[in-house]
Amino acid sequence: MEITKQEVEKVAKLARLALSEAETTAFSKQLNQIVAYVQKLKTFSTEDVEPTSTVLGQTNVFRPDQVQASLSSEQALGNAPDAEAQCFRVPKIIQES
Amino acid sequence: MALTVIHKMTLAELQRKFTAGDVTATEIVRTYFLRVAHVEPKVNAYLTQCKDAAVAQAERLDQSLKGWRKTTPLMAMPLAVKDNICTEGVRTTCASRMLETFVPPYDATVVAKLRAQNYLLLGKTNLDEFAMGSSTENSAFGASRNPWNIQTVPGGSSGGSAAAVAADECVAALGSDTGGSIRQPAAFCGVVGLKPTYGRVSRYGLVAFASSLDQIGPITKDVTDAAILLGAIAGHDPRDSTSANVPVPDYLKALKRKDLKRLKVGVPAEYFADGLDPEVEQAVRTAIEGLRELGADIREIKLPTTDAAVATYYVIATAEASSNLARYDGVKFGLRAGDSKDLLEMYLKTRAEGFGPEVKRRIMLGTYVLSAGYYDAYYGKAQAVRTLIRREFEAAFETVDLIVTPVTPTTAFKFGEKAQDPLQMYLSDIYTISANLAGLPAISLPCGFSQAGMPIGLQLIGRPFEEETLLRGAHAYEQATNWRLKKPLVR
Repeated sequence: MEITKQEVEKVAKLARLALSEAETTAFSKQLNQIVAYVQKLKTFSTEDVEPTSTVLGQTNVFRPDQVQASLSSEQALGNAPDAEAQCFRVPKIIQES
Repeated sequence: MALTVIHKMTLAELQRKFTAGDVTATEIVRTYFLRVAHVEPKVNAYLTQCKDAAVAQAERLDQSLKGWRKTTPLMAMPLAVKDNICTEGVRTTCASRMLETFVPPYDATVVAKLRAQNYLLLGKTNLDEFAMGSSTENSAFGASRNPWNIQTVPGGSSGGSAAAVAADECVAALGSDTGGSIRQPAAFCGVVGLKPTYGRVSRYGLVAFASSLDQIGPITKDVTDAAILLGAIAGHDPRDSTSANVPVPDYLKALKRKDLKRLKVGVPAEYFADGLDPEVEQAVRTAIEGLRELGADIREIKLPTTDAAVATYYVIATAEASSNLARYDGVKFGLRAGDSKDLLEMYLKTRAEGFGPEVKRRIMLGTYVLSAGYYDAYYGKAQAVRTLIRREFEAAFETVDLIVTPVTPTTAFKFGEKAQDPLQMYLSDIYTISANLAGLPAISLPCGFSQAGMPIGLQLIGRPFEEETLLRGAHAYEQATNWRLKKPLVR
């Protein structure tokens, strides 16, 4: 199954990655190689085999709903690329029509 | 005492000297930074050095200890921490442009535990970007070099930690292991690396790569030191819901027995197949004979699904990574690309500028295997094969107590040798990946050298939460051999 350049572009959009033309070409070649290798999984029979998402066999882990010490807003905003008035500032989301 | 020997000591030796008052914290830290200044231009193990803070901390400790030496085990012990583990107030970059200026406002739980014991943080060590790689060549800030031969890679992703320990630039270090990232560099650099059972050590504050596989562990000069450091960082943490509520034993006690009588050790034929370098095979087979001489009952076992491990891993790990790395969006922390007309463009440009090629490749692969139409064929299938791999180990551990294998198919390779071929690089993880998929503890320790003088590693894999058996086996072998006494000549 061939991963086309169009498919690479679609995946890049889903992953929010702007790729250069050269990256798109390289990734489409490399992803094809890797995915071709991964096909070997098909040779292992997994009928009626439960998938493993965690090895610990845990379900949900709960704690009491109590207020605990947390970071101050100053600390939480300390690494923000852009912050103002205790908020993260971002470029415009909603465009005027 | 002669300060020139301080950096050559093991953690256990240095602890004794410090507790006895033969050496001060200030002497330790100054000697280590002399050593770091001397070899770092060759090795490049550190991304950030914390000299001023470590000296100030050492002086405080020496002041407070005047006439009163009640110490904690790791007090004044000079450690290095992989730069994907958060350290409050100390830059934590993951070797990525994305986090080049990120200063965590909190400590990872493992770091908080070390800090509570008044350890000395010498610095943060280099890695492949976001721990994705096997050579540190994917670091955005330049690769580290193997102290045994600076033309070769130190392994990865915890290559900086392994190189720092091997070159005596710290007494011990923390690494993280998602598919072999502690054990493979430990093998390449001739030191000991332990990946604990999944859930044994808290992942809180470890920058997430693949959450169902990641585990923090020690990289040390010998097995005793690994037992000490594991004991210091292990245990349940309410802040990590995947940390296990299992009591932490005294790991040093496990080292008391010097023989391996009544220990059943399995040798899986699948780990000695095509692609294994004859020198590595020879060293590992000789080591297995060594285990037999120590009293171990050596048995052939079968792990046929080993052949699926690399494929399973590169689907699951990249899928989890693509989800975990979605957080780097230029909003809350890390890099933001300038001049974007809207939010979507900011995301696209920030991630294009912030991530290196391997990280992008894995995000792409992970996004692909999770996308509509492919989820069942790849991600669902890999999760099911992961179950087969787990079951196979469970069955094997009904008849044996430990499994012994090589750590890597070859010794350390040269820079650039595999950098252009991602699949070849992935295949070099073939012997270490299964322990992560099955969540099992595994240790790498030196078992010989190639003709070219490069270290060869031996891997022991154990049952979940049976690190004691792992340490006992590794320690008995280590003490019966002299590999640990050979040191690289870095000048």
